[in-house]
Amino acid sequence: MAEQIATERPETARTETFDRIVIRFAGDSGDGMQVAGSKFTDASALFGNDLATLPSFPAEIRAPAGTLPGVSSFQVQIADFDILTAGDQPDCLVAMNPAALRKNLEDLRQGGTLVVNTDAFDERNLAKAGYEANPLEDGTLDGYRVIGVPMDELTKEAVKDSGVSGRSVLRSKNFLALGLLAWLFNRPTEPTIEWAVKKFAKTPEVAAANIAAFQAGYTLGEATEAAKTTFVVKPAALEPGVYTNINGNSALAWGLIAASQLSGLPLFYGSYPITPASDILHELSRHKNFGVRTFQAEDEIAGVGAAIGAAFAGNLAVTGSSGPGIALKSESISLAFMMELPLIVINVQRGGPSTGLPTKPEQSDLLFSLYGRHGESPIPVIAAASPSDTFAMAIEAARLALRYMTPVLLLSDNQIANGSEPWKLPDVSALEPISVEFAKHANGPDGTFLPYMRNIDTFARPWAIPGTPGLEHRIGGLEKEAITGNVSYEPANHQLMTDTRAWKVANIANDIPPVEVFGDTDADILVLGWGSTYGSIRAAARRVRLGGKKVATAHLRYLNPLPTNLGEVLNSYKQILIPELNTGQLRRVIRAEFLLDVKGLNKVAGEPFKIAEIEARILEMMK
Amino acid sequence: MTAPSYTRADFQTDQEVRWCPGCGDYTILATVQQFLAGLGRPREEFVFVSGIGCASRFPYYMNTYGMHSIHGRAPAIASGVATTRPDLSVWVITGDGDALSIGGNHLIHALRRNIGLKILLFNNQIYGLTKGQYSPTSEVGKQTKSTPYGSIDYPFNPVSLALGAEATFVARTLDMDRIHNEEILRAAYEHPGSAFIEIYQNCNVFNDKAFIQLTGKEERVHNRIDLEPGKPIVFDEGAKAVMLRNGQATVVDSSSVDPGAILVHDPTRPDPSIGFALSRLSHGPFGPTPLGIFRNVSRPTYESQMTAQIETAREKVGEGDLSKLIASHGTWTVKDPSANGG
Repeated sequence: MAEQIATERPETARTETFDRIVIRFAGDSGDGMQVAGSKFTDASALFGNDLATLPSFPAEIRAPAGTLPGVSSFQVQIADFDILTAGDQPDCLVAMNPAALRKNLEDLRQGGTLVVNTDAFDERNLAKAGYEANPLEDGTLDGYRVIGVPMDELTKEAVKDSGVSGRSVLRSKNFLALGLLAWLFNRPTEPTIEWAVKKFAKTPEVAAANIAAFQAGYTLGEATEAAKTTFVVKPAALEPGVYTNINGNSALAWGLIAASQLSGLPLFYGSYPITPASDILHELSRHKNFGVRTFQAEDEIAGVGAAIGAAFAGNLAVTGSSGPGIALKSESISLAFMMELPLIVINVQRGGPSTGLPTKPEQSDLLFSLYGRHGESPIPVIAAASPSDTFAMAIEAARLALRYMTPVLLLSDNQIANGSEPWKLPDVSALEPISVEFAKHANGPDGTFLPYMRNIDTFARPWAIPGTPGLEHRIGGLEKEAITGNVSYEPANHQLMTDTRAWKVANIANDIPPVEVFGDTDADILVLGWGSTYGSIRAAARRVRLGGKKVATAHLRYLNPLPTNLGEVLNSYKQILIPELNTGQLRRVIRAEFLLDVKGLNKVAGEPFKIAEIEARILEMMK
Repeated sequence: MTAPSYTRADFQTDQEVRWCPGCGDYTILATVQQFLAGLGRPREEFVFVSGIGCASRFPYYMNTYGMHSIHGRAPAIASGVATTRPDLSVWVITGDGDALSIGGNHLIHALRRNIGLKILLFNNQIYGLTKGQYSPTSEVGKQTKSTPYGSIDYPFNPVSLALGAEATFVARTLDMDRIHNEEILRAAYEHPGSAFIEIYQNCNVFNDKAFIQLTGKEERVHNRIDLEPGKPIVFDEGAKAVMLRNGQATVVDSSSVDPGAILVHDPTRPDPSIGFALSRLSHGPFGPTPLGIFRNVSRPTYESQMTAQIETAREKVGEGDLSKLIASHGTWTVKDPSANGG
């Protein structure tokens, strides 16, 4: 049984047990909702629930206070079984002000629990949110279980002895809300208190204020009639092991560090800040004791450029960005492809085009990843399926780049990057080493070095790094003669080199796992996905099966080249559905590649699929 | 290990050099090869990175490690080599279009960071490889294929630009003057951190005699101002001198001033202002123009600080341990599924 931290409960409390509950914290972007949500999540993880999170925040750092655009939210689903998404519909909503209520109320399940900060419902805030009448009083909230709490007043009272003063006092009100939620959902309190002590070690008065507000919120629950009934979600029956709660950007950064260790190559990360990829740069820059070099470049082009230089010099070279930044790197990626240097390019996708929706998830860079370069430059493209999967896929990107001497594009997206899930920690000593051999000796006649003499299995060219005596050579963007690497304008040579580069990448299909089919292999319908839709597709298929119908699912982590068995798999189903957070990009690829009339379910609304949306489409196709 | 003994031929490749006959690039190539051969440093420790343009073919002709990269991006790419491999000597070969137009951003940032790059900017004041358009160093009014009515672009003064970016080493030399060129190369090579050298380079096809005021037998006597550390700045066989007036460098008749008032050149001044004032004496090689080292100061290099941060981190928290890293966000243990109450 998962370790459960006991929390004393008064006997008067009544509890109801659920297998899963969805909670959404919503407030002004300055209200600390991301912190409250994360801490609730951490406590739930340590308690042993399975969980999945979905943060949502405005692109503006501080949109005008109290307005609808300024609302920030954090949704978490906790469960006693293996859930795959942060849930479609909150069962409990925390609304710190009228704007948060207005923006989120329609999502709350009928009969759901609503925790509101009544102090924020003054005329000014109501007007900013566009309420003509106070929804706390006009019947708008009938049909919900409303727990109204004067959070400003109670926070002031709670923190009065902590040493904080002035405007800082109300900064602790997210902890008051968190304390109340800890009571309502029977969460252990110790992890949050321990975290606050550590996090605010340098400002003990802030630690004291937050802890006082948290405890006040917790005890408030006991004293509030409306909060008497509390909810229990038991620990999940997860596979035995040691778990942590991880988001996609952190796991990706750790995967790169792991790849550096497994290959024995120092890690270099050249990048320019961009939402939602910056956290990879932040995380890597903290781990210099692993020999990690992070280079915050002057622009996106310099980020990839420096990485190309680092690759030439013998590093595990990586650049990362989001769509707009990848567009700027496009010319350089083609150079790396032409020079056949190992390079990892990470694209944490967001809503586009242009600045688009910088803080929202979308999968609209697939075709750009596959084809968005000048000339014939087919590079390997792989995609993580979930936050924790980025760890394995970062290692895989490194393996392919180093083994085949090619740039590799690794796709993530905002949902994977900022969403989190429990991750069973791998045994790092069991991770497969990545073998890298720098060229050490001449490989041509008379002691010459032939930089384009290829490996007979992988067709990779040798990697001779500066400092190696006798292997001095020049590479560059101009077409090179096969074998010698001299500049060549010969027609037949360009044909040969173009074909060779393409063949080298296509041949990677023989070095990747086949696509796996889950669920009912004898079903008529296969739901095919890639990237962050993994959880919603699997959950939707599960619901269809619970309804007594058959459906199979498959998920692509390799987009170029495609797994060798994909055609066979697709041809064994009568109907194929591809749900994507774009207008049908994988669908186009599959149609072109296999001449199959696959169907799409497409959405570009800046949010993930609801499970119900995919379920409905599957059922519709069965009619 | 004894130092290798090289001749210029050891730094030549078997590739046919394909610049136009009479191009100034030939002289620069020969000077650089000669200079490197004389250093006695193993050939494999040199890396030449270039962008795009006539000058950027240079790495193909150097028997060292090299990369002919993308237009404007050589400083960025070379930064990745130099920051990760402080054991190498990394050189950037670029031109006025490559470094100052499409790659202007990378140039100033490499200089500001003081990354150990030796940047040779071949300035011929024209686009050669694209056959004769004006460049960011072409003079106002220049008629070219893309400016039949004369250029209205105000040009960069590359030395002023580099000083403005607070480069720690800034110099100017001439393709034809191999002795001067080699002196500057040596000082740049010995300078830790970024070194920026503007080399006036004649394009005899699209912009011939652009530097005649500094190379012509008659003209150079009057126009060439040689900056020599520790010496008063005089030229034109001693007839002219340079003074500072209200912070501005001014050419005066030597006979008309107290010799003690003549500016004594000191490239090691921490403040770049006087070097900058000197760079304003000319805005192109059209009259009296300073050549030599404008600035040569010491500042920690980017790569040495990066290495130091890694060493400090290792001393403080120990060599990275992957199993500890992945458990660093807090963990919980699921022990035995059969006993699990969930």
